[in-house]
Amino acid sequence: MISGTRPLRRWHWVHKWSSIICTVFMLMLCITGLPLIFHHEIDHLLHEEVDPSVVPPGTPKANLDQAVANAMAKFPGQVPHFLIFDRDEPNALLISIGPTIKSSPVDNRFARVDTHTGAFLDSPDVTGRFTYIMLKLHTDMFAGLPGKLFLGLMGILFCVAVISGIVVYAPSMRKLRFGAYRKDRPRIVRRLDVHNLAGILLVMWTLVVGFTGVINTWADLVLKAWQYGQLAEMTAQYKGREIPAKLTPVEEAVRVAQQAIPHMQPAFVSYPGTLFTSNSHYAVFMRGDTPVTSRLLKPALIDAETGKLTDSRDMPWYVSTLFLSQPLHFGDYGGMPLKIIWAILDIITIVILWTGLYLWLRRRKPAASAARASASPQRIEGQAVTS
Amino acid sequence: MTMLKTPPVRATRQTLSQIFGWPLVIGVLSTIGLVAALVGDGVWDGVSWLALLLPILLYALFLLRPRR
Repeated sequence: MISGTRPLRRWHWVHKWSSIICTVFMLMLCITGLPLIFHHEIDHLLHEEVDPSVVPPGTPKANLDQAVANAMAKFPGQVPHFLIFDRDEPNALLISIGPTIKSSPVDNRFARVDTHTGAFLDSPDVTGRFTYIMLKLHTDMFAGLPGKLFLGLMGILFCVAVISGIVVYAPSMRKLRFGAYRKDRPRIVRRLDVHNLAGILLVMWTLVVGFTGVINTWADLVLKAWQYGQLAEMTAQYKGREIPAKLTPVEEAVRVAQQAIPHMQPAFVSYPGTLFTSNSHYAVFMRGDTPVTSRLLKPALIDAETGKLTDSRDMPWYVSTLFLSQPLHFGDYGGMPLKIIWAILDIITIVILWTGLYLWLRRRKPAASAARASASPQRIEGQAVTS
Repeated sequence: MTMLKTPPVRATRQTLSQIFGWPLVIGVLSTIGLVAALVGDGVWDGVSWLALLLPILLYALFLLRPRR
């Protein structure tokens, strides 16, 4: 009996235990991930937003400093941390605002201003939103970095389960055609067939989405590595300086960055003293215009006293890997059809997890399954049922 | 497609290449689908949709096809 050989038995053990440990968390991740695929659409549907003015193409943009000032007037005593130029909503500028420049941006408020008029639009409190709760559950279960790393570990186990699943698929399919679904057989056989079929059809997708999800759980560590690596190198001669009392206008900083990297657009500005820069620089992160280059941000550091460009480098490989793993996890890089495909594949993954859980639970009741096995005319094929 | 007409249970054991032939083809196409939409827009998106729709269609086809 092939399935009785020692290495295969070991693979079965690996498949069983990696699955058992991660399945409950993977079910949670698949369920919370489903609405997150459509978070833009859901937010739009559930929450009132002040729409920015509709303008003909080529309309000049408002002065950034004026736009920021308009937003900050609503937040007296607070400071801007970041400016975000949202790819999906080019007519509105997002400003991330914190109580002090060194406060943790995790609790920041967002203000939206009109890109062209500079007028304040609104400052929605996103923390109570359905999509926010789903996002928190999905990324760290409200448990911060330990929660993130824990889910990353579950993701690694999931990848191990997928790979060991490929190995144990072989003995299970020895006598079966590809795609076999024995619908006239007992439920446990049908579930096994569904599990095998869906599992093998979705192998690449589950591996890629699973592993890019794992990479995303390391985002905080990647940021730290970049801060102490490339960012520290780029700002070495500014080390230990205080934040300048008077900053160069942010409009000027963005203009200088755009002149330095003319083929890219600003995506994100980090104010001096915040997470992604030094005390002495604006960091203007630029993006390209293809699906890949729009993800690979490139920082330009602008001296916040003189307004001059001091350095600009491509991100190191570990940051680029994180940037590229994001679209592959979110499925937001091929329009609405890809999002819908992502959602269906996510649902089929839930089926894989559910049938796998069912098969394991059924096998733990030996009396019941033995009765079923003897009641069926043929022995149930495959080690996956009998182990 | 012959594999749709033959009975699901075969008398003889299949070789590894018989077992993994179709899964390999689908795996390669899925990989192309995952990468295509990253490379560009327009046609590239279309390639991506078609390639990733394939496992979904096969899943539905195998589960829903009528009994022989």
